[in-house]
Amino acid sequence: MSEIFSPAFVPTAKPGPVASEGAATRSVLIGIAILFLALFLVLPLFAVFTQAFSHGIGAFLDAFREPDAWCAIRLTLTVAAIAVPFNVVFGLAASWAIAKFEFPVKALLITLIDLPFSVSPVVSGLIYVLLFGSQGLFGGFLINHGIQILFALPGIVLATVFVTFPFVARELIPLMQEQGNAEEEAALTLGASGLHAFRTVTLPNIRWGLLYSVLLCNARAMGEFGAVSVVSGHIRGLTNTIPLHVEILYNEYNFVAAFAVASLLAALALITLVLKSVLEWRFAGELAHGRAH
Amino acid sequence: MVETPRPKRTFRRPSVIPGFGISFGYTLTCLGLIVLLPLAGLVVKASGLGLSGIWEVATDPRVASALRISFGVSALAALVASAFGFLVAWVLTRYRFPGRKLVDAAVDLPFALPTAVAGIALASLYAPDGLVGAPLAKLGLQVAYTPVGIFIAMVFIGLPFAVRTVQPLIAEIDREIEEASATLGATRLATLTRVVLPPLIPAVLTGFALAFARGVGEYGSIIFIAGNLPYVSEIAPLLIVIKLSEFDYGGAAAIATIMLGISFLTLLAINLIQAWSRRRFGYV
Repeated sequence: MSEIFSPAFVPTAKPGPVASEGAATRSVLIGIAILFLALFLVLPLFAVFTQAFSHGIGAFLDAFREPDAWCAIRLTLTVAAIAVPFNVVFGLAASWAIAKFEFPVKALLITLIDLPFSVSPVVSGLIYVLLFGSQGLFGGFLINHGIQILFALPGIVLATVFVTFPFVARELIPLMQEQGNAEEEAALTLGASGLHAFRTVTLPNIRWGLLYSVLLCNARAMGEFGAVSVVSGHIRGLTNTIPLHVEILYNEYNFVAAFAVASLLAALALITLVLKSVLEWRFAGELAHGRAH
Repeated sequence: MVETPRPKRTFRRPSVIPGFGISFGYTLTCLGLIVLLPLAGLVVKASGLGLSGIWEVATDPRVASALRISFGVSALAALVASAFGFLVAWVLTRYRFPGRKLVDAAVDLPFALPTAVAGIALASLYAPDGLVGAPLAKLGLQVAYTPVGIFIAMVFIGLPFAVRTVQPLIAEIDREIEEASATLGATRLATLTRVVLPPLIPAVLTGFALAFARGVGEYGSIIFIAGNLPYVSEIAPLLIVIKLSEFDYGGAAAIATIMLGISFLTLLAINLIQAWSRRRFGYV
C-alpha cells in the first residue's frame, strides 16, 4: 500500500491529452494570439523605423543636425540623470523601512507610494502647475523671489520624479520582504556596522532587482510625455525633451525628422525590453515575485 | 524585589536592525513633498470651487462629451484588451511553440515604448493613407481622427495589464483538477468554462479595471490618432491641457478631480474584487 506514495508512483508532471485542447484548436489559438500581437504591438514599432528611413539615411541623419534636437537630447539625459538616482535613493530608503521593520499602517504607506501610477500623466503635470504656476498656491512667492520652477528644468524634473516615483520601491519592497532579515542580523551580530551590513549583505542580494527597476524607471523617465508636456512650456531649444521635440516635429508635418528622433526612443525601449527579459530569464530567482505590474 | 521593567510601547516592533528612523523619515518626507502635497493642492483648488462649481464644469457640454468619450471608449477598449489578453496569456502559459519567449517579452512593449512614439506610429499606420488605414478606408472604415482611433490606442496601452494580471494565475492552475473533470466525463469545453474559468474571473476583472483606468488617463498615445475634434474625438486629459493653456486653472482642476474620483472608485473596485476573491477562492 505504502509504495503508492513513494516517488516512483508520483504521476508524471506532463499532463495527459485530456487536460489540454486538441492540436488543431491549439494551432488556431496560437495563430490568433500571434496575429493580434503582431498587428497591435509589433506593427507600430516597425512603422517607426520604416518611416524614419523612408527618405534614406541622409534624411534620417538630417534630423540630428538640428541644434534643437541636441538640446532635447541633452535635456532628457539631464532630467533622467537627476530623477533616476533620486528614485533609487528613495526606493532604497522606503524598502529598508518597510521590508526590514514591522510597524502599523504599512499597507497604507505602500498604497500611497503606488499612488502616482494611478494618476493620469496630465494630472501629474497639472498638480505642479497648481502649486507653482503664476496663479498657483506658491506662484506669488516664486515670482517675488525670482525663482523659476515651471517652464524650466526644476518643473520637468519634479513631474518626472512624480511619474516614476513607485518604480524602484515597488520592486525592492517585495524582494526584501522575501529575503527576510536573517542575513543582516547575522552580519550585525558578527560586529558589522549597519552601513557595512547594508553595503556588503543587503546590496549584493538586491542588485539584480535594483538594476531591473532602474531600467524600467529610466525608460519611463526618458519617455514621459503627458506630465512633462504640461509643465515644460514647450520652449524650443530650452525646455523641450525628446518626446516633446517629436511632437513638435510631427505637428509641423516634418514626419521623417519626427520618426527619426522617435526611433531613438524606440531603440531605447527595445534595449530596455531585451535587458529586462535577460534579467527575467537569467536571474528570475533574484527578482521580486510578488510584484504587481 | 526587582521589578522587571515593562516593555515600552513603541511605534515599530523592536529590532536589532538599525536605520529605521532615518529611512522611515526620508520616505515620509519624499512622499509628502513630491506626492501628497501637490495632490493636496489639487484637492484645495477643487474644494475652492465647491461641489456646485465642479458640477457646473462637468455638465458643460464640451466637458461632458469629453468625459463620456474617455470613459466610454476606455471601457470598450478594456473589454477587448481583456478578451485578447486572456487568450494571449493562455497561449503563452499553456502551449509550447517556437518564439514563445520572444512573444512573451513583446507583450511589455507598450510599457517600454514612450507614449508619444506609440502615438505618432499609430497615427501614421491608421491614417487614411497609412499601411492599415488605407485598406480599411477602402472598406469604408475611417480609424484615425475618429473615436475608433482612440479605441485602437487604448487597446494598445491596456493590453499588457490584461495579460500580466491573468498570466501568473493560469500558470498556477492545478492540472489534476482538469484531469479529474475530464475523467468524470466532461468535455474539454465544459471543463474550461465550468472548472478552469470561474477561479480566473477575479484576475480578469482586475486586469480589466487596470486597463480601463490606464485608458481613461492616457494622453500621449491618443492625441495624435484622435484628431481631437470637440464633441467627437476629444478626450478628457486633452481638455485639461486646453483649460491650462487658457489659464483656466479652476476648470482644469475640476476635470482632474472628476477623473481622480473615478480612478479612485476603480481602485476601490479592484480591492473589493480581490477581497471577494480571497474569500471565495483563497487567493488574489
